[in-house]
Amino acid sequence: MSAKVRIPTQLRALAGGVPEVEVQATTVGEALKALDVAHPGFAERLFDESGELRRFVNVFLGEEDVRFLEGLSTAVPEGAVVSVVPAVAGG
Amino acid sequence: MPFVEGLRCRECARSYPAEALHVCEWCFGPLEVVYDYEAIAASVSRERIAAGPKSMWRYADLLPASAEGAVDLGAGFTPLVRADHLAAELGLSELWLKNDTVNPTGSFKDRVVSVALTKARELGFKVAACASTGNLANAVAAHAARAGMRSVVFIPADLERAKVVTTAVFGGTLVALEGNYDDVNRLCAELASEYPTWAFVNVNIRSYYAEGSKTLAFEVAEQLGWRAPDHVVVPVGSGSQLTKVAKGFRELYKVGLLDQEPSVRVSGAQAEGCAPVAQAFEAGTGFVRPVKPSGIAKSLAIGNPADGAYALEEVRASGGAVAAVSDAEVVEAIRLLARTEGIFAETAGGVTVGVLAKLAASGVIKPNERVVALITGNGLKTIEAVAPQCQPTVTIEPSLEAFQAAGVADWQS
Repeated sequence: MSAKVRIPTQLRALAGGVPEVEVQATTVGEALKALDVAHPGFAERLFDESGELRRFVNVFLGEEDVRFLEGLSTAVPEGAVVSVVPAVAGG
Repeated sequence: MPFVEGLRCRECARSYPAEALHVCEWCFGPLEVVYDYEAIAASVSRERIAAGPKSMWRYADLLPASAEGAVDLGAGFTPLVRADHLAAELGLSELWLKNDTVNPTGSFKDRVVSVALTKARELGFKVAACASTGNLANAVAAHAARAGMRSVVFIPADLERAKVVTTAVFGGTLVALEGNYDDVNRLCAELASEYPTWAFVNVNIRSYYAEGSKTLAFEVAEQLGWRAPDHVVVPVGSGSQLTKVAKGFRELYKVGLLDQEPSVRVSGAQAEGCAPVAQAFEAGTGFVRPVKPSGIAKSLAIGNPADGAYALEEVRASGGAVAAVSDAEVVEAIRLLARTEGIFAETAGGVTVGVLAKLAASGVIKPNERVVALITGNGLKTIEAVAPQCQPTVTIEPSLEAFQAAGVADWQS
């Protein structure tokens, strides 16, 4: 499946400054790993040593936080938008 | 702000300059303001504070923005009132209420916004923005008007009517989003990337903004005669206020304003409709699992609290607790506070008093402790919550006979 990954300001330098990158993936986890293959450096910023999303990284599939779905195994439909958003905001 | 050295990631300790940054570029951890405490200790004194303005800016030495030219509507230095009637109802011996309902726009958010927009203006921003559950919306719109800044405020569309009107009246742009607060927050976190010339007080200015909540602790200690309380009860939305109140008491000792190292038990209050921090506390975990909020306490309806884990750490380290109350208990607590102490609080105040009652009944709060509860917002903002229970005792003809027949003065015998 073809999906777009939206990148927050803090990480755009890793992708040459662009706000989104097109990837091929069937799950959210694969989409983020594909991003790292295209632009090395993303994985160590998004995942901790155990391969889980870092504590302060939120990932959305469309409008929904993937933690309310199947996490990194959530299936990515064709044309979906996966957004990486810093968790520290609000309140 | 001569005492600010920069920003530092709370997670990985990487350093950053004191600019409009709130998240570590490496690990996404929150950035915290770093102060030169030795220099503050050399400058600050109880006398210097007492000679300062009757507002939160009397503690400017411990804030990350300069008091000169502050964006100031007079937030802070609100009354700390001894609450003997409520204490008697709850079986406590010494209870104080920090009455932040009397701030310029009716909530503690005036404190954090005054710091945030002062810093934003220092950094050259001309647009103030925020994601809000209502109280922050009021405070940003009002302070932006005061500062001559444009404001763009984002709220969930289902907010209480009063909070919408008391934001829109200030003339900025008010964007109501069809979603809950977490949706609003997520959009603002993304917008902060796309509109870098906007000062989102609780996104890119958040490191400074959050520091404003320390002034609650500073004032409580000063108003108690430069003593810390034994126990403080704080409402929990994002968890930021709770962590900053705890930090505030520690800082006072660090800079020499308290003689003894404070040992303040910190407890958190949530509503059952949105209690991710209370649930994590109960479960004994350090991870706060996000929830979908519901219920009447909309000002605390943050399902994915940014500082939830830090609030848990503060509570556990201090020997406090986090508890939650039902909507019915919130309404009852609003009325109890009003009936016993003459303070009309919004739903967050009902949550705080409800949890105060619960923790007193369960023995977590001990009868001999000096307890302070933070009443952070004005009841006029959320009259829907209590309107069904708060109606005229009777409606009668304007005559002596009708009044006497109504029996409403039977207690007068």
